Amino acid sequence: MNDDATLTEHAPAPAPMRYGCPVSESRGQTVIHATRETYIAALKALVDDTFVLCTDLTAVDYSTYVSRAGRPIERFEIVLNLISLERRERIRVRVAVPESDATLASAFDLYPGTEAMEREVYDMFGIAFTGHPDLSRILMPEDWVGHPLRKDYAIGRIPVQFKGSPS
Amino acid sequence: MTDLITATPGATAEGNQEMRARSELTAREVMREIGAVLRMTEAQAAALATDNVDPTEGPEDQTMIINMGPQHPSTHGVLRLMLELQGERVLRCKPIIGYLHTGMEKTGEELTFMQGGTNVTRMDYLSPLNNELVFSMAVEKLLGIDGDIPERAVWMRMLLSELNRMSSHLLFLATNGMDIGAVSMMIYGWREREEVLRFFQKVTGLRMNHNFIRPGGLAADLPAGWRGDVLDILDRLPDRLAEYDVLMTEQPIWRERLQGVGVITAQEAVALGATGPILRSTGVAWDLRRDMPYLRYNDVEFDVIVGSYGDAFDRYAIRLNEIRESMKVVRQILDRMPSGDYRIQDKKITPPPRARIDESMEALIHHFKIFTEGFKVPEGEVYVGIESPRGEIGCYIVSDGSPKPYRIHMRAPSFVNIQCLPHMMRNGLVADAVAVISSVDPVLGEVDR
Repeated sequence: MNDDATLTEHAPAPAPMRYGCPVSESRGQTVIHATRETYIAALKALVDDTFVLCTDLTAVDYSTYVSRAGRPIERFEIVLNLISLERRERIRVRVAVPESDATLASAFDLYPGTEAMEREVYDMFGIAFTGHPDLSRILMPEDWVGHPLRKDYAIGRIPVQFKGSPS
Repeated sequence: MTDLITATPGATAEGNQEMRARSELTAREVMREIGAVLRMTEAQAAALATDNVDPTEGPEDQTMIINMGPQHPSTHGVLRLMLELQGERVLRCKPIIGYLHTGMEKTGEELTFMQGGTNVTRMDYLSPLNNELVFSMAVEKLLGIDGDIPERAVWMRMLLSELNRMSSHLLFLATNGMDIGAVSMMIYGWREREEVLRFFQKVTGLRMNHNFIRPGGLAADLPAGWRGDVLDILDRLPDRLAEYDVLMTEQPIWRERLQGVGVITAQEAVALGATGPILRSTGVAWDLRRDMPYLRYNDVEFDVIVGSYGDAFDRYAIRLNEIRESMKVVRQILDRMPSGDYRIQDKKITPPPRARIDESMEALIHHFKIFTEGFKVPEGEVYVGIESPRGEIGCYIVSDGSPKPYRIHMRAPSFVNIQCLPHMMRNGLVADAVAVISSVDPVLGEVDR
């Protein structure tokens, strides 16, 4: 019984569509599941439907996610949070990005405010945004190797050097 | 464009973060800086690139790129700005951040939901209680107990959140005064803020980084005599705020320094994702407390302060008056503070009362388990956003059913708001740059996380 409930929550069989994408509910919040192909078209439709404020863009690395039903198919997922100031509504857009080709079209032209956020995702997850005008590391030093928020990037890999200690 | 970098992870080149010299300035670069926000075409942006430059001289001779920060006292920490100057005028500006990056989101994945509060509270260190609040609300939503929080806990959270808004804005007034040259204001602002922090210390035990608002409620009840302490603050502040009006608002030099400086339009602010006082200064009445009410903001009366010019003065005046509105809210909270429990009594989520541990073996076990293992949170993902003093602070949590968040992301208002700086500074004076940074009120701990 319980398994069925989680199954239907994450993968509704005849998914209702909004903005050309399947839509689901997560804890009472509306989530739109776009693919890389429908992503920009869905965002355009959302902008036209008064969702003009993009408050947040981030990513999740699902590579070590252990779960029966909730695990997405691809390794990465980009998550956008949009607000309609007019209707006082929030909506969330999730896009799966495969590990083999970690790229996604940039939302910069529609939401210029995502510039820094996409740079952060690039820096932390190594997902490249095509069409982004200035894709460089934002938080880490620019010659840094690796992407810290990936699950295979271990914590504490760099030994702390103390002055005068034998290294 | 993408030829600068490759899609392979790890391949970056030095110099990418920095501002390009004017000779390398492409239309694409101008589009990034302002064109896209103003919805220009690339040709219009290209024309802008050659603006302000005398064609008889080589562009390199005329303009100068300088660094402001990361160790500049008016950059509120370690913000570094690269400014291209022509004489006194700022032609371009690029903020460079990351000097305070400590990987708090990565750390958050290693801490249990029980410990997470200690981590998030250190992000925006000027409004720690709002950070804790949004984190707790997100965890409670995942647990499905967001409707079961006792009334007293909800009103206590509101009280602390509003007092924190006051202390944060008071500190803004202090630093804003200091940055612009009203140095005495710095002392007054810190003094008043300290009075609020003293109350926090009495309630939570700490001046900052409280970890007091926790999933399920709060860490403790309000101490005896709290009402008198709050009333004391409320009685003392109005006179002080009136003094600020005399010292700053009504002062011609202050107005000269701020009015018309760092102007941003509503369209630009929305495009850039700005929230909080920056968005409100442009005339957009958007305050999550009113527009997407959480806690019991539905039940209290307050006004959303809105500006009309989108300049640094509006942002100053909005914050000053938001202190007054917060005081109004706090008074209503004092009148209506219900009695009851300060946290949900669910032994799986909150520790049992201290006295029970001595009596009951079961309580002792629950206490031990909660502090060693934490509590499990059902699988799912959730985003909660609330109004912090700087704008929308959001918390996005993905849980895989374990006691630790699979991914925790904080939407930091300062991180997004800082993108407004190039627009506010463009064609302004370098002396105003300080006023503009100050009016955005960034907290670098939250920008870099």
